[in-house]
Amino acid sequence: MSSWPAIADIASDVQAGKLKAVDLVNKSLKSIKDNQAYTALISTLQDRALDRAKEIDSRILKRQKVGPLTGVPFIAKDNFLTLESKTTAAANMLKEFEAPYQATVIERLEAAGAICVAKSNLDAWAHGSSTENSDFFVTKNPHDKSRVPGGSSGGSAAAVILDMAPFALGTDTGGSIRLPASFCGAVGLKPTYGLVSRSGIVAMVSSTDSPGPITARVDDTAEVLEVISGLDELDSTTIARDPDGYDLKNSKFKIQNSKAGVIKEYLSDALEPGVRQVIDQAIDKFKAAGAEVSEVSLPSVDLALAVYYIVCPAEVSSNLARYDGQRYGYSAPDAKTLEDSYLLSRERGFGAEAKRRIMIGTYVLSSGYYEAYYKKAQTVRTKIINEFNKAFEKFDFLIGPVSPSAAFKIGERTKDPLQMYLSDIMTVAANITGCPAISVPAGMSQSLPVGLQIIGPQRSDRQLLAMAKAFEGLS
Amino acid sequence: MSKLSRDDVLKLAKLSRLKLSDEEIERFRTELSEILEYVEMLNKADTTGLEPTYQVTSLKNVMRPDKEISYQAKPDDLLKNAPAIEKHQFKVKRVLT
Repeated sequence: MSSWPAIADIASDVQAGKLKAVDLVNKSLKSIKDNQAYTALISTLQDRALDRAKEIDSRILKRQKVGPLTGVPFIAKDNFLTLESKTTAAANMLKEFEAPYQATVIERLEAAGAICVAKSNLDAWAHGSSTENSDFFVTKNPHDKSRVPGGSSGGSAAAVILDMAPFALGTDTGGSIRLPASFCGAVGLKPTYGLVSRSGIVAMVSSTDSPGPITARVDDTAEVLEVISGLDELDSTTIARDPDGYDLKNSKFKIQNSKAGVIKEYLSDALEPGVRQVIDQAIDKFKAAGAEVSEVSLPSVDLALAVYYIVCPAEVSSNLARYDGQRYGYSAPDAKTLEDSYLLSRERGFGAEAKRRIMIGTYVLSSGYYEAYYKKAQTVRTKIINEFNKAFEKFDFLIGPVSPSAAFKIGERTKDPLQMYLSDIMTVAANITGCPAISVPAGMSQSLPVGLQIIGPQRSDRQLLAMAKAFEGLS
Repeated sequence: MSKLSRDDVLKLAKLSRLKLSDEEIERFRTELSEILEYVEMLNKADTTGLEPTYQVTSLKNVMRPDKEISYQAKPDDLLKNAPAIEKHQFKVKRVLT
């Protein structure tokens, strides 16, 4: 378990003057230093963090009320724009980029008293499932250095398990919070699409990008969601918060009153036996606690990955078109003409996976193929949404594994892009349908963590967190 | 439909403003063909009578009040990452050779 107290306790102790923000930042910095071998981080914001901590401590001395996350250190995935630091998205294109403004999420966290201590590694542009696509270096799994931490928010999940901070931020576009949370043994929430603003986050798939917290406990995830969620003038896809908020202190949720459907298609032979065992045990625990659990079939769910690998590259190709070497990002100094500058800057600034997705996206959106690929995919998306809606008429939650396997070996899937894409086969449906989904540690398979995935209907984030907390209490 | 030729890859690279090496062209030809073959499973799905979903939470025409909003970044902040600027504007290479 984490060496950090619960986030709510840290904040109230700093506010009460029992803990100093500076000491908490120093604890973070020490853990960051002690765990350098895992290469979870791209940059450490030591001076910036200590300055903010001192400022918070002096406000406390003056008896000022700071906020619900007073003095709580955190780590942001390096695709969140932060001031006074670089924001690279782990991409050569943005290696030297200094953001002119901050992500809404960072603004809200800082206004609540939280302190950003570092920026974490990811697959470049958040394209990947292992953090191996980072243009800089690979992050190692805290449980086994020869294995991946999952991705694309691998640095954030590893950082939380290595105790570098009480929470970290990730983005989940096709599974990029839940997969690394499962592989590293953390709690990872992909909120309902639009519940957390995308403003100031390096855009990947605008129609599914969902920022969210990665923590050691469900309560901590709830505390962070409470601060970062809700409408934002700068992102017109945002939706209103639950009127009851996300703090679970006064939750009336009872596991005995809940109905959970086990997604039949996810329990196929493709599931690793160790993962299967952990999931079976989780189902038994729910039943023993009085939840009503039965199997449910979502016949089209196996198509979700194919939908995703059309929608995703289509939007990626559009979102990465802005990197042309003219306004920001890498610009080839040796280019003679404008055309040359585009070609050379993009050739050198993008890695293989970005190029792959840009070209697939260009293909599926191109004249003559748009109907056959993009429109067909978005129509199958409707079919999948309808099946989920039907299941939610009968069940409060859907449950299953996060991934068919536990953390795989570094290098095992890099040779075959399609094999890597298949790591997301059980996570993408929540992105396609916009539903909130959470990965909660459920057990171990051969000394590696395995997460249980719980999916709720859109805007059920509060109930989903309560269910996850109830499950956490059973483990 | 999904087996890509070398010319297809070159056309895609051109449309995407990407310069590729010979090794990359061959590698992407194979990899992109495999990915496109995989997604073809969608053709088996019966979608009769269904409309495509483009906005998943059913939002429509989100308006904001018609008033000036203050923005964190000032114009010169937005220029500071540019490779070349002149008189507060982005400066680009010449278009014609």
